[in-house]
Amino acid sequence: MNNYTFHWYQAFRAVPQMLGGAVVTLEVALLSMILGIGFAVLIAVGRGSQRAAIRGLATTWVEVARNTPALFQIYMAHFGLGAFGLHLSPFTALLAGITFNNAGYLAETFRGALRAIPPTQARAARSLGMGPVRAFTLIILPQMFRISFLPMTNQMVWAILMTSLGIVVGMNTDLAGVTQALNVKTFRTFEFFALAAIIYYLAAKTVTFGARLLAARLFRY
Amino acid sequence: MFNTALTLSDLGFMARGAAITLSITAIAVLFGTILGVIFGTLRTQISALAAAPLTFVLDVLRSVPLLIQLILANAFQSILGFGWQPFAVSCVVLSLYTSSYCAEIVRGGIEAVPMVTRRAARSLGLSWWQDLAHVVFPMALRVALPGWIGLTLGVMKDSALVLWLGIIELLRSSQILVTRLQEPLFILIVTGAIYFLISFPIARLGGRLEKRWREND
Amino acid sequence: MIEIENVHKSFGALKVLKGVSMTVKKGEVVSVIGGSGSGKSTLLTCINGLDRIDAGRVLIDGAEVHAKTTDLNVLRRNIGIVFQQWNAFPHLTVLENVTLAPRKVLGMSRAEAEEIAVKNLTHVGLADKLRVYPSRLSGGQQQRMAIARALAMQPSYMLFDEVTSALDPQLVGEVLDTLRLLASEGMTMICVTHEMRFAREVSDRVAFFKDGLIHEIGSPAQIFDAPEHSETAAFLNAAH
Repeated sequence: MNNYTFHWYQAFRAVPQMLGGAVVTLEVALLSMILGIGFAVLIAVGRGSQRAAIRGLATTWVEVARNTPALFQIYMAHFGLGAFGLHLSPFTALLAGITFNNAGYLAETFRGALRAIPPTQARAARSLGMGPVRAFTLIILPQMFRISFLPMTNQMVWAILMTSLGIVVGMNTDLAGVTQALNVKTFRTFEFFALAAIIYYLAAKTVTFGARLLAARLFRY
Repeated sequence: MFNTALTLSDLGFMARGAAITLSITAIAVLFGTILGVIFGTLRTQISALAAAPLTFVLDVLRSVPLLIQLILANAFQSILGFGWQPFAVSCVVLSLYTSSYCAEIVRGGIEAVPMVTRRAARSLGLSWWQDLAHVVFPMALRVALPGWIGLTLGVMKDSALVLWLGIIELLRSSQILVTRLQEPLFILIVTGAIYFLISFPIARLGGRLEKRWREND
Repeated sequence: MIEIENVHKSFGALKVLKGVSMTVKKGEVVSVIGGSGSGKSTLLTCINGLDRIDAGRVLIDGAEVHAKTTDLNVLRRNIGIVFQQWNAFPHLTVLENVTLAPRKVLGMSRAEAEEIAVKNLTHVGLADKLRVYPSRLSGGQQQRMAIARALAMQPSYMLFDEVTSALDPQLVGEVLDTLRLLASEGMTMICVTHEMRFAREVSDRVAFFKDGLIHEIGSPAQIFDAPEHSETAAFLNAAH
């Protein structure tokens, strides 16, 4: 073994800072999920549209999101959009990339969920006099979300883990970014990142556990 | 139509990066699958209590970002004085990462085999091993294959992260070209197209297999 | 001879067999009737060792099934069992389903095993379905395949666990015909069944099962026409 002494004390002292980064991580993840779900619903509906252009756009989004690396999507947001004059900060690029990715995967999940809802549901809603949008939002969407709950939870955990990719585009305020900044200053790579790993693990487990509690509450029928 | 400074030799450079991506993927999928089958089968055969340490470790591998795992593994082997190349570190980390997901897929496949079918097999006099080999695994494979194909493609995409350790795989090679040629959008589109062309046909094949097998049951 | 001596079996807190005793001689056909959940299926799975018993003994030709030294895999070659759900192996053709155990357990060559398989499949009326996958067969056909699969091992004893209960009414007849054929050929059979008419026709003895015990066992004439126990009478009245 090399002459390496572990300096855990240094790492533990930085925990408050890292936790601050964890908060940013959760912000990015949560925001990317909210936006991602919003887009995903639109895409899922768009897949069934009458107009080929909308169908094509929706399908393209899904297939690109699912067949290219998330890091590539983040790169695209950060570097690629520059050609259009859009220079996104690392934060925004990370958010955009993860949102794009979330939307693609969730749209597929939603598509499957929508297929699982019997068409009689929509017909019953319309027969009661509801317009198409109301029938969709009041009757179809809640059922779609219930069916998709577990995949959505997994996607949230995925989003949290994906935020770590931000360091590749210079993000320094989330958990990985803060840890990397500390690493660059002190070269205590192992200690700092080991603690970061523990925090990520706890965050992932909390989300999974919390989701299970939420499901028990929400889906009592 | 449009001018680009991208030359054929640059494309060759990217192709070499793609080759690195594919080779890391192949190694990780090979070892990850072998380990995943062992771990997944183990989890279904021994009690939950006995399997707890293994279950915990596999869960950790799925709950910590891959990038962090790569950084940690690299730092760790350097502390221990192993002196491994980044390529080796990446292969080890990706293999373990793959195995944790593969274990879940295998476990799901095995648990999907109805207990009553296994009891019927044992009633015929087949031993525990024979039941596993001739009845459980063939049936589990059908359930697990679509998921496994998805996992393989996922590993291929996640392999981009090894650029952090300095390996010049496809995405990194595209970044090098961007820095040199200053055509980020075009080069990234070409890169995306390459990933897409590798991933999409295999994903479609998996989808078609899944549909065909579902009809046969 | 199958000897069941004072067998007790519980699943957790639920006591399913509360001291069951019965003897079945070679060549006998014994039907077991009784309400659902009375433990009849468990009796059968305890005979071939799929479920372990808590107390008592089960002996097949003098060998104790639940002794620690017993090799169940060897024992099971001699006892065939057919379940309510036919449990076909979906990834194998009908022929492969039937040849699997003879090849892997008895070590027969493919040719030998196929010969026996074809003979048994013809016997149950599935000669034209050899290369078909089970998913393409009706429930009745899959059940007959399951019977042929068990018979291919050439067992001395056959256990049938409500083999017609999961079938559409029009398919029940073909399976019962197969069972009648086997009985007429001298196979030793224990049939758990709800088909009273069949039980009366085919059996040498009928056992009435309730709440984990055999309340009465006797000839079909005795059980169906002149039951000695009130429980038996009550069950038969309700069943008609």
